[in-house]
Amino acid sequence: MSGMASHIAVLPVIVPLLAGATLVVLHRSPLAFRRALSLLATLVLGLVVLGLGLAVEHQGLVVYQLGNWPSFAGIVLLADRLAVLMLGLLVPLALASQLFASGGDDARGAHFHALFQFQLMGLCGAFLTHDLFNLFVFFEVLLAASYGLLLHGQGGERLRQGLHYVVLNLVASALFLVAVGVLYSVLGTLNLAELSARIVVLPEAQRSLVEAGGWLLLIVFALKAALLPLYFWLPRTYASASAPAAILFAIMTKLGIYAVIRVYGLLFGPDAGALAGFVQPLLFWAGAGTATLAALGALASPTLRGLLGYLVVGSAGVLFMAIGLGTDVGLAAGLYYLIHSTLAAAAFFLLGDWVRRHRDGGDALGRVAAMARPAWLGGFFVLLAMAAAGLPPFGGFLGKSLLLAYAEPTGATVVLWGVVLGTSLLNLLALARAGSRLFWQAPAVATARNAAAHPPSPALGERVAMLMLVFGLIVTTVMPSDLARYVAGSAAQLSEPATYREAVLGRDPLPTTVPR
Amino acid sequence: MSLEFLFASGIGVLAAGGFWLLLRARTFDVILGLTLLSYAVNLFLFAAGRLAPGRTPLLKDGVAPLLANYSDPLPQALVLTAIVISMAMTAVLLVMAVQARVANGSDHIDGREPRA
Repeated sequence: MSGMASHIAVLPVIVPLLAGATLVVLHRSPLAFRRALSLLATLVLGLVVLGLGLAVEHQGLVVYQLGNWPSFAGIVLLADRLAVLMLGLLVPLALASQLFASGGDDARGAHFHALFQFQLMGLCGAFLTHDLFNLFVFFEVLLAASYGLLLHGQGGERLRQGLHYVVLNLVASALFLVAVGVLYSVLGTLNLAELSARIVVLPEAQRSLVEAGGWLLLIVFALKAALLPLYFWLPRTYASASAPAAILFAIMTKLGIYAVIRVYGLLFGPDAGALAGFVQPLLFWAGAGTATLAALGALASPTLRGLLGYLVVGSAGVLFMAIGLGTDVGLAAGLYYLIHSTLAAAAFFLLGDWVRRHRDGGDALGRVAAMARPAWLGGFFVLLAMAAAGLPPFGGFLGKSLLLAYAEPTGATVVLWGVVLGTSLLNLLALARAGSRLFWQAPAVATARNAAAHPPSPALGERVAMLMLVFGLIVTTVMPSDLARYVAGSAAQLSEPATYREAVLGRDPLPTTVPR
Repeated sequence: MSLEFLFASGIGVLAAGGFWLLLRARTFDVILGLTLLSYAVNLFLFAAGRLAPGRTPLLKDGVAPLLANYSDPLPQALVLTAIVISMAMTAVLLVMAVQARVANGSDHIDGREPRA
């Protein structure tokens, strides 16, 4: 490639950065203008991701060295099929979130769209970076933006949950830096491919320090992804976020999972000797525990949006079980499920917001309250409940059944079958309980003095956002073979760390021993 | 006592103090705790390049450009970035803490006083 085309791997970071900076400067311009600019930037980002996806299909791995510095001294970005998959999932979610926000959520503060673009920048950067420290930096960028988005249009409850969320994440950031320090002090680099190359030839004496660094990193990623002992913050935080922010949060937990796949797949992949796959048994069992407890949490949740938060946690648990299987096909099934569960969760958060507005008592499930019940609202609820619980014909069903089908060779089959099927049933019960409480137990005729009896119908942008996400769900349902082939390709690519090392380090080979 | 022992003890004391303050339930204490913790982490990151007294990260004429002759510049760059980020985050947290105090009428981390 030549000219502009060779820079395509850095554009997913640059486009939202420029858009965000422009929006900060122009924060006094009319809201319609800011909306249009932000939407335009996301559409451009979509085109860039499309181009990047084609480049990845064409070349295998796209490596970009910022400022053409060699990889040991400079910043390296790397796009592979997994990164493109995550970016490709991010763009429609971002569009839906923006369209939904244009229904009024973005008018409550001056900086919604700027924060939004910075968050996109952080997410894109985290998906593309090939360097542990830059992963930290992009995590901080997206977290800083997410603090803003979480508190946008704030209230007491949001501030309270926001404070917990920020403090937890700052502690996690401190741990992240400690892990980075440990790995750097032993291995003398932070470039992922380089780290991987040095772990392959790691002397036995230094193995335990690297392993300690690996565990520390896992704590950080597990907090982001809401793995078993570290998920307690999630349901309440998500329940207190506005719907557009919650959509982006749905992909932020998946970022933790992405980081686990990326870092542990590359650093502690099949050729890492004694350290190969050392976290996977723990991931499997923690995932099983997460899914189980999250299903119970969903059943006991006092609000609809809290329930949705638990569904997000539960899907993360299933994904960790898929990673913990340690097989290509298991990972592929997990990625397939990831696409579907993220879309379903995002759509459900939008619906949760509609329900909250149509109902007298918000989305609290504890009491019976009057609610305006247009048929479309109940229709969407049934549709999304089926999708979220993983009932056929939706893609979630397919993802879970692929996972079950591929579990056989590993011996943990009984646990996997039990947990996946059991939690699906519990989630279904939780959703059925919520649905009957919201839609069937409400007084038949809402009294006229209720404001909720005559809510304004959703704005055009909100409706388009919902239809987009539902369309995405339908695409994952009707095109399973194409998607399955793509995720299988992603998993196969990930299973060969050597190709990554070759792609990143090939141009400037370094000695693969530790230089101390 | 060696330099390494002193340095490591300093990090340990800072981190311990930081965690103790973090576990207290008032926003101000928590913010102070996070600040102490970030000091500890920054020193730890700095030490990841090994403590090298008397050596600079600047290349000099006549001295071979090997790590043995210089201190490692990369951890210093990392620390600089980490300091900037943690300062910005502390500022954000301070603003939130003040707002939470105003909105909830309490500086308890849960936004309300615990029941006695």
